Amino acid sequence: MNRGIYFRRRAINQIFLWLSTAAAAIGIIALILILYALLKNGIGGLSANVFTMDTPAPGSQGGLANALAGSLIMSFAAVLVGTPIGMLAGTYLAEYGRHSWLAFVIRFVNDILLSAPSIIIGLFVYQLMVVRMHHFSAWAGIVALAVIVIPVVVRTTENMLLLVPNTLREAAASIGAPRAISIRAVTWRAARAGIVTGVLLAIARISGETAPLLFTAFGNPYSSTDLNAPMASLPKVIFDFANSPYDNWHTLAWAAALLITAAVLSLSIFARLLESRQR
Amino acid sequence: MVDVVLDEAYEVDPARGAALKRFGRSDARFRFLTRAAALLVVIIFAGIMVSLVSGSIPAFKAFGWGFLTSSVWNPVTEKFGAFAAIYGTVVTSGLAMLLAVPLGIGIAIFLTELCPRALKRPMGIAIELLAGVPSIIYGIWGLFVFAPYFQANIQPGLIDFFANIPVLQDIFAGPPYGIGIFTSALILSIMILPFISAVTRDVFETVPPVLKEAAYGTGCTTWEVMWRIVLPFARPGVVGGAMLALGRALGETMAVTFVIGNAHHINESLFAAGTTISATIANEFTEALGDLYVSSLFAIGLILFGITFIVLASAQLMLKSLERRAGGKSS
Repeated sequence: MNRGIYFRRRAINQIFLWLSTAAAAIGIIALILILYALLKNGIGGLSANVFTMDTPAPGSQGGLANALAGSLIMSFAAVLVGTPIGMLAGTYLAEYGRHSWLAFVIRFVNDILLSAPSIIIGLFVYQLMVVRMHHFSAWAGIVALAVIVIPVVVRTTENMLLLVPNTLREAAASIGAPRAISIRAVTWRAARAGIVTGVLLAIARISGETAPLLFTAFGNPYSSTDLNAPMASLPKVIFDFANSPYDNWHTLAWAAALLITAAVLSLSIFARLLESRQR
Repeated sequence: MVDVVLDEAYEVDPARGAALKRFGRSDARFRFLTRAAALLVVIIFAGIMVSLVSGSIPAFKAFGWGFLTSSVWNPVTEKFGAFAAIYGTVVTSGLAMLLAVPLGIGIAIFLTELCPRALKRPMGIAIELLAGVPSIIYGIWGLFVFAPYFQANIQPGLIDFFANIPVLQDIFAGPPYGIGIFTSALILSIMILPFISAVTRDVFETVPPVLKEAAYGTGCTTWEVMWRIVLPFARPGVVGGAMLALGRALGETMAVTFVIGNAHHINESLFAAGTTISATIANEFTEALGDLYVSSLFAIGLILFGITFIVLASAQLMLKSLERRAGGKSS
């Protein structure tokens, strides 16, 4: 009598379990295909020229040196600007604000900024800096990237400081350490690995950001270290070169894509190792 | 006795008082600094709002509410309307969610219930790593690899297959360009898939084992445990995670810009070229001439920010309620 029901339930169970296995297979296959295409097309484009020559005119020899340098300079500067601000703000949320309404508002706003469309941040910095300076500049690119770094660092700093046991804070207070010193010498130090992980993840995040650079740092066909002038960057080069009809530009776009992906993946693996070693 | 000694010590040792004062001052300074940095986050947010609103005032003045409903986008006559871009944004993201949410939940079920133990960690890590791959990588792959393949091998078949079915023949109408709304949605769904799977798996793992064991004990099949016990328990987290993914999809620029075709009209067919708000801004901003053109781009940016704000805010509220519940349970 019950056999029919049992059979149906077992069949449904089998079907859905197969479907979820298939979903996993589809996901993995799609992602393997992307990485495969990246490796196949990117390695062909990698040569010594890539690191020594500037982006070329269509059809001629060239590399990505200006874009590599630009990306490194702007990412580094953005992290340098964004990290202290993010760390201090995260410290306020974890140590001083905690349950105040101000901290509540800041947390809410910060989480919105964390996943706000990056192109909107580009528009903001365009209005804020490019319009006033009347030209594109690396400074504008740096500010745009820093605006992306800050929420990431705020979130990880707060989370990591909240993990620090209260007994440490109490111990510091009991020997008479003022709050500011106990935060800097005790809680920051206890949470150091976690905060560094957050900064690494922020670097990984901005090194692939394209949209906020399109109309802030703009791009530059020559190597430049002038922060007051437009500056090239890898993602912007991919954007321009992939949309072009020239074969040698396509090859360089793939090489740049491979470089970015390799950098991002190794940064996140490194961050993960650091995190797991801390635990 | 002790009190007297302490009092005397305070009066006798002025250095101590000075040190205390110094500590107090540096404490206040540090506190002020952290507070200022925290306020800067709010100021940035307010700055974004102000710059978008002030940038878009000329466009809204010129076109009024019609800006939202008109799908004309003509830089030559300086007539602009946001509807085609809004339509493209909503349709690509909606379709992407339709594909990615079931797949993502399927992957999470596979990871928590079916996956062999040896594979569990590597697969979990792989998914989390892939969630961090920059979107421009998906864009370039979509343009050079997926779109040509889709155009040559899949699209003609789909068009033929649906050719005689009433409504679907319009939705999947040719010609097969390779790029278009549908391709963009596919690329977007691949991009948000790792994110959805990672969040869903994390939420599934917060389900107390006792609940699952009790269900298995009454004779439930694995699927019944997932569908009737785990999923209802984890629903706020799954919905919140999915909304975060939707927020990303709506604002995603680079994965879409390459493959959408950048055409400002609304076509019944999903295979036709279209545009999204972010793709329009990315493609046209640096070439936009005239204040009204630039202002219109700011205006669609404001609309995009408004939409994503609503989505992200509700995602947060949902995840907060889950956090509170989980917190209450564990303590």
